[in-house]
Amino acid sequence: MQMYDLPDSKGHFGPYGGVFVAETLIHALDELRTQYESLRNDPAFVAEFEHELKHYVGRPSPVYHAKRLSQKAGGAQIWLKREDLNHTGAHKINNTMGQALVARHMGKKRIIAETGAGQHGVASATVAARFGMECVVYMGSEDIHRQAQNVYRMKLLGASVVPVESGSRTLKDALNEAMRDWVTNVEGTFYIIGTVAGPHPYPMMVRDFNSVVGRELLTQMPDVLGRQPDAILACVGGGSNAMGAFYPYIPHADVRLIGVEAGGLGLATGKHAATLCAGTPGVLHGNRTYLMQDANGQIIETHSISAGLDYPGVGPEHAWLKDTGRAEYVSVTDDEALEAFHMMCRLEGIIPALESSHAVAHAMKMARDMSSDKVLLVNLSGRGDKDMATVAERSGLSL
Amino acid sequence: MSRISATFEKLQAAGRKALIPFVTAGDPDNASAVPIMHTLVAAGANIIELGVPFSDPMADGPTIQRSSERALKNGTSLRDVLGFVTEFRTRDSETPVVLMGYANPIEAMGYDAFADAAAAAGVDGVLVVDYPPEESEPLTMKLRHRGIDSIFLLSPTSMEARMDGAARLASGYVYYVSLKGVTGAANIDLTEVAERIPQIRSRVNLPIGVGFGIRDGATARAIAGVSDAVVIGSRLVQEIESSPPEALLENLHRLVSEIRQAMDA
Ligand SMILES: Cc1ncc(COP(=O)(O)O)c(C=O)c1O
Repeated sequence: MQMYDLPDSKGHFGPYGGVFVAETLIHALDELRTQYESLRNDPAFVAEFEHELKHYVGRPSPVYHAKRLSQKAGGAQIWLKREDLNHTGAHKINNTMGQALVARHMGKKRIIAETGAGQHGVASATVAARFGMECVVYMGSEDIHRQAQNVYRMKLLGASVVPVESGSRTLKDALNEAMRDWVTNVEGTFYIIGTVAGPHPYPMMVRDFNSVVGRELLTQMPDVLGRQPDAILACVGGGSNAMGAFYPYIPHADVRLIGVEAGGLGLATGKHAATLCAGTPGVLHGNRTYLMQDANGQIIETHSISAGLDYPGVGPEHAWLKDTGRAEYVSVTDDEALEAFHMMCRLEGIIPALESSHAVAHAMKMARDMSSDKVLLVNLSGRGDKDMATVAERSGLSL
Repeated sequence: MSRISATFEKLQAAGRKALIPFVTAGDPDNASAVPIMHTLVAAGANIIELGVPFSDPMADGPTIQRSSERALKNGTSLRDVLGFVTEFRTRDSETPVVLMGYANPIEAMGYDAFADAAAAAGVDGVLVVDYPPEESEPLTMKLRHRGIDSIFLLSPTSMEARMDGAARLASGYVYYVSLKGVTGAANIDLTEVAERIPQIRSRVNLPIGVGFGIRDGATARAIAGVSDAVVIGSRLVQEIESSPPEALLENLHRLVSEIRQAMDA
């Protein structure tokens, strides 16, 4: 096994990551980094986090052999890590629970978050309610329109949802607006970022909280299979569910790590969100990473059928894993993801999130060319209840 | 000596303070960019901060966000902004111009290409909002090599070690951001500024400009009393936003002159 101890003390993963924010935010980030460094090594904090994951989130999530899906693919065996069974229906709560606990330790009483699809907003509103904290969620007005159900869920949980009217009125603009709130109300407010992006220490902290997924897999797979899988696949928006599954496996060089990005209408059309497959390095939202940008360095709008993958950046650790070759990144189109979505429904009785369906689709493609003794583990990052309207609309129905 | 240092020396000798207006290049349109710059100088500006529009201006409030969006709609790129400076220099070889913006357009152009083009255009200083000292050294060195100053922000939460970090890389002047929040937020705390400036002076041997939240002559005058330069951004951008095209230059001239007069009174 090879040593891997990134990021460095300044938050760098090779040339990526770092702290690219205005001076006004540096102090808050320093404070967070210092607090988090001491908490992550504090056995009492770790025990508290594990207790919440077990009793509130419902961990560990099972691994499940998708036999009928594997048969349909006709080759390697496809297994699923069931993050869809977590409380609130996705991996997002692993991170929001961890950050809410950090916020409590820092004495912060107000939580802010950005959200695209609304999953991270719901997971943030949930933990804020659980701990009696005020919660404000920033959401692009375009997304509010597209994700009405999740907006209502957040409100039921006591959060206020603030529409963001700037820029493209989507996730990236919601993130900008949350940063502006944080800089203004920095004393009493904790900003829960929803993926492995943002300035250091966020990419590291969000990875750490989500890597409960990979740690569980490290023992679950040998238990059920007698060995580790041949590859782990996960969809990549910002990259938190993928990083959570990949991180504990980085030293296991014989396990392939495959991130699946949103190919939208196809890479050739330019209407996609496959940042690692088709983007170039730059600086956005506090870190250096691959971005979807034009020749002048302006961030361009992305497209995906799944709002959770519709982001023009990607976590800096993925950028590093790509450049070093430790992980591979591919893309899957809207149509391929939808097809996998329907197959999961019919063959396995599992309605997956459209985001996760991207990883399933690629696993099925790969499986075909592999022998039946090979094993592909798909991180099923969430369930698809939130996607009913989108899928129905695609089938010409309205709910 | 750099144009920025020379400007501060001349002002100091005359017992005056610098007035530094900020406008976004390309707002309301590309054709107005250079006329606006000359108007600012004619009305009493000593240094111009020229905003380079960016799609994701994370540290800016609604007013400057909208100006950035207008400029991007006009297609204003970093190359265009450098072109405005080149054109400005054909008639004004004295007034320093500082480009202020975000990292990514510079990253996309590449450090060497940017530093060369900025030097050729006659740019005097560069302020990259999302390059704190920790991340800025590679660009700062390339700019310094070509005689261009790197301007850094200091904030109410910048501790002494951070002032030293900025002092190590900064030249020209430092920019004290006088409130917690984004550009355009309302009230500046005069007492706080008056307390902080001497602390900064004891660690940073450069002129100190103060900005964020200065909206009128009276405040500008009060701030000039404790600092070396007054930066005014959102208030001017607001004027650009609300002025009909034919009255734009006249309105800007009036506003900047008023502030200048209040500072000099
Ligand atoms: C179910 C699900 N999977 C994946 C994602 C993408 O995020 P990430 O790449 O950070 O895991 C989202 C985001 O909303 C999601 O809801």
